[in-house]
Amino acid sequence: MELMNDVFTAKAIFIGIVFAITLGIAAYSTYFERKIAAFMQDRIGPDRAGPFGILQPLADAVKMFMKEDFIPANSNKWLFIAGPCLSMLTALMTSAVVPFGDTVTVAGVTFDLQGIDVNIGILWVFGIVSLGVYGILVGGWASNNKYSLLGAIRAASQNISYELAMGMSIIAILMLSGSLSTKSIVEAQQAGHWNILSQPIGFVIFLICAFAECNRTPFDLPECETELIGGYHTEYSSMKLGFYLFAEYINMFISGAVMATLFFGGYDYPGYSFIAAQFGSNAAAFLGMGALIGKALLFVFVFMWVRWTLPRFRYDQLMGLGWTGLIPLSMFNVVVTGFGILIDQPILAGIGGVVIMFVGLVVNDALSRKKKIA
Amino acid sequence: MKLSNKTKVLEQGEMTLAERMYLPAIVGGMATTLKHFFSKPVTIRYPEQQRYLGPIYRGHHILKKDEQGAERCTACGLCAVACPAEAISMVAEERKKGEENLYREEKYAKVYEINMLRCIFCGLCEEACPKEAIFLRHDKMVPVFSTRDEVIYGKDKLVENMDQRYLRDGWK
Repeated sequence: MELMNDVFTAKAIFIGIVFAITLGIAAYSTYFERKIAAFMQDRIGPDRAGPFGILQPLADAVKMFMKEDFIPANSNKWLFIAGPCLSMLTALMTSAVVPFGDTVTVAGVTFDLQGIDVNIGILWVFGIVSLGVYGILVGGWASNNKYSLLGAIRAASQNISYELAMGMSIIAILMLSGSLSTKSIVEAQQAGHWNILSQPIGFVIFLICAFAECNRTPFDLPECETELIGGYHTEYSSMKLGFYLFAEYINMFISGAVMATLFFGGYDYPGYSFIAAQFGSNAAAFLGMGALIGKALLFVFVFMWVRWTLPRFRYDQLMGLGWTGLIPLSMFNVVVTGFGILIDQPILAGIGGVVIMFVGLVVNDALSRKKKIA
Repeated sequence: MKLSNKTKVLEQGEMTLAERMYLPAIVGGMATTLKHFFSKPVTIRYPEQQRYLGPIYRGHHILKKDEQGAERCTACGLCAVACPAEAISMVAEERKKGEENLYREEKYAKVYEINMLRCIFCGLCEEACPKEAIFLRHDKMVPVFSTRDEVIYGKDKLVENMDQRYLRDGWK
């Protein structure tokens, strides 16, 4: 019973730390989003609040809290408040199953650097991410505004469409690891056997779907300003709007962490066993936590990089890409992975899959392309 | 009917496979933004850093004095007439005995006011002046106003300070 309590305390502290890190990274993502946007447009970006503007997130938070918290007269008041709460809640819940590090022993207590190692880890991520769309849907519907409702409907249909392809790309991972637990998936990738080597197609599919799931450009149609004013958060102001925007940044970081877990070896890094031998397994595990967060931040940068490069898709293009592009491709990926397991050469099969895909595209194009009318 | 035979019909044709997949275009776009990410910003941190705006920039007005420190303006009013925005007004006064070291001409401007909200910084006053008394300096701008009282600039803000004489490139 004593040991149980110790593990419980250690886990509680660890979850608190992960919570703080997630919120801190999300807050500073808003700053880095603006800085990166500025650098990509040859500007300097926010630099007034503190040195290099690093107090900008605080200033933004103060601004958000000071603004009038407006609730439209004809809105459904409780659902209107529940919308941003749901978004925030689901965004923060996903990180529970992400394995941030290996087992450590601190003050005589041995525990995993992971919120909870459930044997359905990946399904948990999917379940919570699917719930996340409720936050947007509820908020958009409760606003009693046609633009908000349209934005919310777009978000819902987009998430459903892309979750299919995302799930199919994860099935290939599950075939390789043979487990739904995120911990076992990471453990199967230790010492450089990262899934990206055998799953290049799966990774690209997952990345594109992650963009769509986070409602980020080029798939940010739910908040498409030119068509829908502000989309689902048109009627929101003050910190309720802040929660929606904040949830988006948390989702970005968490989806980066999930991508690192599934495809980039999680907390694995080159020289893990060397560090473990030289400085002990604790140091190696904590460094692994840093490595995972670093990988996740790299993905956050990619998210921002893409946002400031690509224009927004049209809605039919979005649906076309999801249903006729990514879902067949992910099915193909499952077949390729199965073949790789059959011949016991998953990496070779992964490379072969990419080659076959391109050859197939070229051949299909050559056969089906109509002759130009002179 | 064609007026000339110079028009060309563009054959756009069907997009190739690479164009329809968008992937090369996306990679190219990402490379472009990454290149700009590492390049030097073209903007500056304005109030702290200022750019040299050239030798003929038309900024803050100045009423010049001559080498002996006497005001050059003779209150002829030609600047006020030339001013398209009617920003300049003045009150003339006759020079008394003993004021020769203060005013160069026998008549001088007792009051000389420029309304900086009206001024359009066209430089026509500078061109109109027969005594080379008023100039728009190239190195200083009129600062931002916060109240309307600050808008009208009198002689206290316009007359040249002999300790910090204004010299333009090309003047001796």
